[in-house]
Amino acid sequence: MSTDTAAPGLVVEVGGTAPGRPAVGRAFRALLWRDVFVTGRELVPFLLQVVLQPVFLLFVFGKVLVELGFATSQYSDVLLPGVIALTAFLTALQNTAFPLVIDFSFTKEIEDRLLAPLPTALVAVEKVVFALLRALVAAAVMFPISWWVLGTLPVEWGDLPALTAFLVLGSLVGAVMGMTLGTFVKPNRINIVFAVVLTPVLFTGSTQFPWQALDTLRWFQVVCALNPLTYVSEALRAQMAPGVPHLPLWLCAVALAGFLVVFGVTSLIGFRRRALD
Amino acid sequence: MDTGGAQRPADPAVQVTDLVKRYPGRPVNAVDGISFAVQRGEVFGLLGPNGAGKTTTIGVLTTRVLPTSGAASVAGVDVAADPVTARSRLSVVPQRPNLDRALTARQNLVFHAAYHGVGRAERNRRADALLEQLGLGGRGGDKVDDYSGGMAQRLLIARALMHAPQVVFLDEPSTGLDPQARLFVWDRVRELRDGGITVLLTTHDMDEAATLSDRVGIMDSGRLLALDTPAALTRSLPGSATLDIDVERAPEDTGEAVLAALASLAERVEQVEQVADGSGLRARLYLSGDAAALVGPVSEALAARRARLTGVRIGEPSLEDVFLSLTGRELR
Ligand SMILES: Nc1ncnc2c1ncn2[C@@H]1O[C@H](COP(=O)(O)OP(=O)(O)O)[C@@H](O)[C@H]1O
Ligand SMILES: [Mg+2]
Repeated sequence: MSTDTAAPGLVVEVGGTAPGRPAVGRAFRALLWRDVFVTGRELVPFLLQVVLQPVFLLFVFGKVLVELGFATSQYSDVLLPGVIALTAFLTALQNTAFPLVIDFSFTKEIEDRLLAPLPTALVAVEKVVFALLRALVAAAVMFPISWWVLGTLPVEWGDLPALTAFLVLGSLVGAVMGMTLGTFVKPNRINIVFAVVLTPVLFTGSTQFPWQALDTLRWFQVVCALNPLTYVSEALRAQMAPGVPHLPLWLCAVALAGFLVVFGVTSLIGFRRRALD
Repeated sequence: MDTGGAQRPADPAVQVTDLVKRYPGRPVNAVDGISFAVQRGEVFGLLGPNGAGKTTTIGVLTTRVLPTSGAASVAGVDVAADPVTARSRLSVVPQRPNLDRALTARQNLVFHAAYHGVGRAERNRRADALLEQLGLGGRGGDKVDDYSGGMAQRLLIARALMHAPQVVFLDEPSTGLDPQARLFVWDRVRELRDGGITVLLTTHDMDEAATLSDRVGIMDSGRLLALDTPAALTRSLPGSATLDIDVERAPEDTGEAVLAALASLAERVEQVEQVADGSGLRARLYLSGDAAALVGPVSEALAARRARLTGVRIGEPSLEDVFLSLTGRELR
């Protein structure tokens, strides 16, 4: 064929491009590398963006109120796991929701990646994996900061596997919820929907209180049980503050897995709807 | 075996069969049952006004739009059944720039190649070569936000070539460009053909279609109205040449009578149309053979009716005329 030889000017010399099935795995890694590369150059703004709010939460409620005597030092044990759960969950959620709305509706920058040789669903999965990476970085950064703010860090090396597992699970649920929002909500509504969704998620995720202690406020307890963040908070609390009443780990795992399946499916449906006309 | 993988040289590069696309919630089909084939190495132009369904057709062929019915294949791959393989063999220069603004110009090229599995050394080599060839050498490190429309278009072309596709789709490649940038793009399209790449381009500009394309498909309202070489399309019109005349007729004469007289003037006057009737009468004569030689007889015939010939324009029919005769409307 002539593409190899008769190539004055523009045509790239192919030099034995492998025919047949494209390398889907390589395409996936290249997409992920693109996102990591872009974020890597903006690591400091990224970290400021995601940890500022949780740091202030921790400082005011876990330190200032304790110093002033409005809260006991035991309260910071309740708060810390919740704030770390919140950081991971919301970082993942925001990372799939906003950028996708902008990409699909305005800049169309994602089109070149949708035309990469891999199934459309894997482009969505890549976004989820990348959101997970960002969320884990944000959560990881919270540990030394918490130690610095509160003066203690109730974590042992042995807690790490379970902590990691639940942070991963929680971030994945956050990411697929974000993608569901970002792909189903009309672009001009996303700001409103976000404000309306984010605040309740923030305050019904059992981050500032142990879920079981809500016995006396039954209706609120039910509402909190519907928020996936509750199960991340409770699972982290089980590891970092075992003395505080908490839900059993297996229950948290089952609940989060359930949310992951449901929102995983809706996010893929939404992504596909936006990606293909 | 050949470098094109499973495709045999005899297969068309693009094959579209009874393709229909109706967007959800729309009352009519955006693409309404079109069929055509583009041969390997051909430059094929889809010419039609805005809303004709050109972008939708390209969308289906490039796996971004799901067809409602019918079949489409690119480089021997069914785009609906195996979009992943199809994507590795085609590329698109979209109607609107969709460059990755988080990346520099050169990174846009390099990452695109990485998505397509081109090795590191090779993609760097290609990026530098293409930037140079598209006149962007030295500007590779710029943010794409700093690029002008013409530069962005050239970068999009470079990006489309990074993974050595077999078929390149260009959606309105020169719309919105200044004349110089337009000519530059046209030259690059010719180079693609010279290099054996199949090109399918869309345009609403008949000059562009006629100049660049080996064959042109004329599209309107989702349908393909005609398909042939630009020369054959214009030849298919009532006459192969036209004579436009402006006439000031005598007060007692009627426009119809003048037109009738002109129609029976000579054997080779195949058709006479009234183009406009403002202050005077404007008519278009479709002729076989030389139009200039008929100016004298027309003038004499008019003088005999005490009418005055006030303007003459000799024309080869254009694709614009073909479109007009097919649809009864102007192209733009
Ligand atoms: N995503 C879409 N959703 C609904 N209708 C669309 C969409 N894209 C195009 N259309 C409609 O389909 C028709 C054909 O559009 P298009 O393929 O863009 O034409 P062209 O590229 O020839 O201008 C138009 O009527 C347009 O409004
Ligand atoms: Mg178009």
